Parts: sequence; C-alpha cells; structure tokens
Amino acid sequence: MTLIDLVRKNLFRKRLRTILTLVAIFVAFVIFGVLATFQNAINAGVEVAGADRLITVNRINFTLPMPLAYATRVAAVPGVARVAHAEWFGGYFQEPRNFLVAFAVDPKNYLDIYPEYIVPPAQREAFLRDKTSILVGKSVAEQFGWKAGDRLPLKSNIYTQKNGSDTWDFTIAGIVAGNEARVDTSFVMFHYQYLADTRSFGDGTTGWMILKTTDAKENARVMREVDALFANSAFETETKTEQAFNKAFAEQLGDLGFIVTMIVGAAFATILLIVGNTMMLTVRERTNEIAVMKTIGFTTQRIFGLVLGESMLLALIGGLLGIAFAWLISFAMAGPLSRFGPIAFSWDTAATAFVLMAVLGLLTGLIPAIRAMNTDIVTALGRK
Amino acid sequence: MSAPLILLKGVTKSYTRGKQTVPIFERLDMTIPTQDFVAIMGPSGSGKTTLLNLLGGIDKPSGGEIVFDGKRMDNLDESRLAGFRAGNVGFIFQFYNLMPMLTASQNVELPLLLTKLGPKARGDRVKTALEIVGLSDRARHKPSELSGGQQQRVAIARAIVSDPKLLLCDEPTGDLDRETAGEILSMLQTLNRDLGKTIVMVTHDPEAARFAKRTLHLDKGHFSEKDLAA
Repeated sequence: MTLIDLVRKNLFRKRLRTILTLVAIFVAFVIFGVLATFQNAINAGVEVAGADRLITVNRINFTLPMPLAYATRVAAVPGVARVAHAEWFGGYFQEPRNFLVAFAVDPKNYLDIYPEYIVPPAQREAFLRDKTSILVGKSVAEQFGWKAGDRLPLKSNIYTQKNGSDTWDFTIAGIVAGNEARVDTSFVMFHYQYLADTRSFGDGTTGWMILKTTDAKENARVMREVDALFANSAFETETKTEQAFNKAFAEQLGDLGFIVTMIVGAAFATILLIVGNTMMLTVRERTNEIAVMKTIGFTTQRIFGLVLGESMLLALIGGLLGIAFAWLISFAMAGPLSRFGPIAFSWDTAATAFVLMAVLGLLTGLIPAIRAMNTDIVTALGRK
Repeated sequence: MSAPLILLKGVTKSYTRGKQTVPIFERLDMTIPTQDFVAIMGPSGSGKTTLLNLLGGIDKPSGGEIVFDGKRMDNLDESRLAGFRAGNVGFIFQFYNLMPMLTASQNVELPLLLTKLGPKARGDRVKTALEIVGLSDRARHKPSELSGGQQQRVAIARAIVSDPKLLLCDEPTGDLDRETAGEILSMLQTLNRDLGKTIVMVTHDPEAARFAKRTLHLDKGHFSEKDLAA
C-alpha cells in the first residue's frame, strides 16, 4: 500500500456518493468540451485569417452589393497587392435543408489570395478553365460523398436564371483541402462570371472584395484610402481586416464566447458547490479517523496532502472521463455540423480542461484539507 | 529498577472552559522505568486520559517538563511531536479506531507509510506483527468482518509494527467481554515481558489492572501507588 492507494481507498469508500459526484463533474466537463469545440469551429475563420488580408463590404450592410468596377479602382490603391471579389449565392443541394456555403468568386485571384486552400494543380487548372465548374470543400465533399467529375445541380434561394430556371448545373472540378486542420472547408466556390451571365438581376455588382496588402503594416492606411475612394457615393464601403470581419460575422449568432463562458461558468459553479459540499461532509465524517492518523504520526502537512489529493483525484477522474466523452461527441459531430466550421477537439481545449480540473480539485479540497489539517486530536477523540 | 523511559517533573495541566480555568494536574511528578507495565486507575475526571495524552505527545502540558528517553519532548513543535509519536509510541484505543476501508494488514501497515521502508520490508513487518497477535489468517479481512477482540488485536499489531518503546492503552478492554479481555491483556503482558515494551494502560477495571506490574491511582491530580505485581 502507498499513500496514493490510501487516497484512492478513501475516495471510493462510499461508492455511490463518489460515483454521483463524478457524474456531476463528468457532465460539467462534457459541456465544457463540446461548447469549447463548437466555439473553436465558429472562431476558426478568425484564427486563420491572414494578417495581410482586408475585406471591403457595403457600408450599409455586408449583405448588400457593390459595383464590380470597385475592384479595379481598389487595385490601384498603393499598398494593395491583389484584389478578388466574391458573391453570396444562397445555394442549396436539392432541398433547402441541404444548405451550402456557396460563393461566386473571381477564381484565379481568389485562389491566389487564399494560399491555405489546397487544390491539386490539375484540378485547379480544370476549375480555372471551365466556367461552369465548381470547387467543393473537403468537409462538404465528405458530407455528401461528392468527388471530382461529378455533376452537381445547385439551387439558389436568392437568384433565378434569366431563362426562369432556379437551378445551376456544375461539374465538380476538384476538392479543396485546408493546409491545416482548423482551416474551414465547409464551402463550395464557382465562377462569378457564370453567375453574372445567367442571373436575372444584379448586373455589374458583386458582394464583397478581398484585398491582399503588400504588408500588414499598410493595412490601416489602405483601409482608410479605400473607404475614402467611395465616400459620398451611392455605394459607400467599409473595409476591415479579415480577422475583424470574420469575428463580426461569427458574432451574428451572438457573443459565443460570452455564452460559452456563462454556461460553463454556471456548470462549474454548481459542481464546485456539489463537490465542495461532498468533500466537507467526507472530512467531517472522518474527523475521528483523521485524529487517529495524526495520533500515529501523520503530520498536518501529510493530512492536508491526503485530503487535497482526494479532491484532485476526484476532479481528475471526472474531468478526464468528461473530456474523453466530449472528444467522442465532437468526433461524431464533425460531419453533420461541418457547415459551422471545422469541428475538431483541440489540444488547447484539453489543456484548458486540465487547468480547470486542477482548479476544481484545489478549490473543492482546500477548505476541507485545512479543516482536516487543523483537527485537534484531543477534541476529536473526545478525550478532554 | 531499569532506567527511566519517561520522567514527569512538576507537570501542570489545565483547560480553559469559557472564562473558567479548570486545573487537571498541579506539579505532578512521575517516573516510568523502561519495560514497566503500569496501570492507571481513578474516577472519571481524575485526569487519566489527559495523562496518557501528555505521555503520548498528543497534548502539551501547561507547565513542567516531560522527558522521554533522556530528551525533553514537551517543548517540541507539532511536526516534531508527530515524528516522536511515529517513532516511539504505539496507541491502543478502547474502540480500536481501525480504518474501515482498509484490510487488517493495510491497517497494520499504516504507520509504516511514514517510514522509509520499502514495500517488502513493510510487508515482512506487517506479517510479523500479525503473527504476534495471532491474526495471520485474517490479514485480508476488513474490520467489519472481524470480531471486537480480533479488531483490538489488529490495533495492537498496528501499535507494535513500528517497534515503539512505549505502548499507551486507553481502556483497551473496555468494549470487550471478560474472556476476550483476558486474551488481550495476556497479549499485552507478553509484549511487555518478551518484547520489552513499556506499557501504560488506563483502565477502570481492577481485573484488567491486575495484569500490570503496578497500578497508580490517580485522584484529583495526584497519585497513590500500590504495586500489584510485587
């Protein structure tokens, strides 16, 4: 037997109570793990945003269009290395519930500006060559089982064709992968020109522009000068860094960080009370045993360590089980929820969870451990 | 007579209850020689258990000196007192005070977790201690699976496993029937006679006191001595 065995035996001496407490900790860590993973997915765009990329949108609202001619004028602003433009298609496959993040883009510039999108050279060439081709993000392709060469009819909930049809026919030219796991590939992109030639309205307009600057240090000046170009026009613009734009876009769903913090905070405050109360009860019940241990020579520090070790072990077991289960859930959700971003359990989440386990163990064990440490032998054994 | 293991010199002890100071001992002197087996008797409230606590270093005197094996122990800090108890004193309680989640052998091993002994050496000592108390066949049983007498034997094994010089017994047979009490007291006699343990036993029972070499009667903080073993 070792002191760790002693901690373990003490922890599981009232099995039902310990299991119920572990379930409470388990649930809190599942909530934390799943929400943090979801938040990471939503924020992935913010984290991978290029420091030298700017987004220019219509000043009134980013869903409103702007003249396509702006792209040429913006390209002439000193400090702008490259300009691409994109349009929201509002696409879906067969039924509205098969909603897709679909962009009509300026293909070459767009792919050049986003080097994190990896397309095999042959597929890239095929895409650039054929105006009716489409590139499909890897997670979408996996979700629907699509591959290069497949025919893909897409509908739009915004546009109709000049001929009255609401369906655009595409050929999948290739699959877009990310250069790292957190790059979102839950989208499809096709030629802006195909949309411009066929849609029944919106001539000469596009949705937004992506500007690559020569140096991130130029961003502030470029943003000012671009917006100044179109000031007092019918289509005023607002230019932001890509990171700021993606963050604002993600927060359309609400301040996720705040929501996650509140939910996780409530869950942890609850288990803090439950576990803290359990530990207090445990120590109170064992006052006599603690006094006996002190009598036979256990120092106050050792008693403190044993009780604190118990609460730490409790938090660690419940927390690790919870985080493991959250990992399984995120693994299972990766496909169905890929439209929200790359759902993947991150090491950062695991590290944060580990810190939370330590804090939980410490906070719930500290007062009972001090109480145990200060147990007066004479009083506890009723010998006065 | 052997050299003194414990010396009490002018020990005073009092407790504060509310605004009142209740004196227990005033200038108490006592000598316990090595390998002595002394029973302490006296009416309730006479200070028997307080004396045992002072001898075991789990309580401190209000004044005077307590010398153990030639060294003062009344002025040790909490941590050193814990070390003193672990190395020199074995405690045997009326209600056994075993850890319910541990087996008999694990209960006996408990004091050895405070030593630098390795698992094998600890295992050997536990085996020997359980053999001495005749409970080798109950090593894997938990306290709830043992009778009162067997539990007290496990407690004795726990008390002797670290080979202390002094055994302090607080009403060790107070919760046992006459026959089992006799067995436990005989065992204490054996530990005293064969292993040279110095034993101080608090008891209300004159029959139990007869197993000791001598009996000290404590009343109102003072001793009167009768040597029953003579």
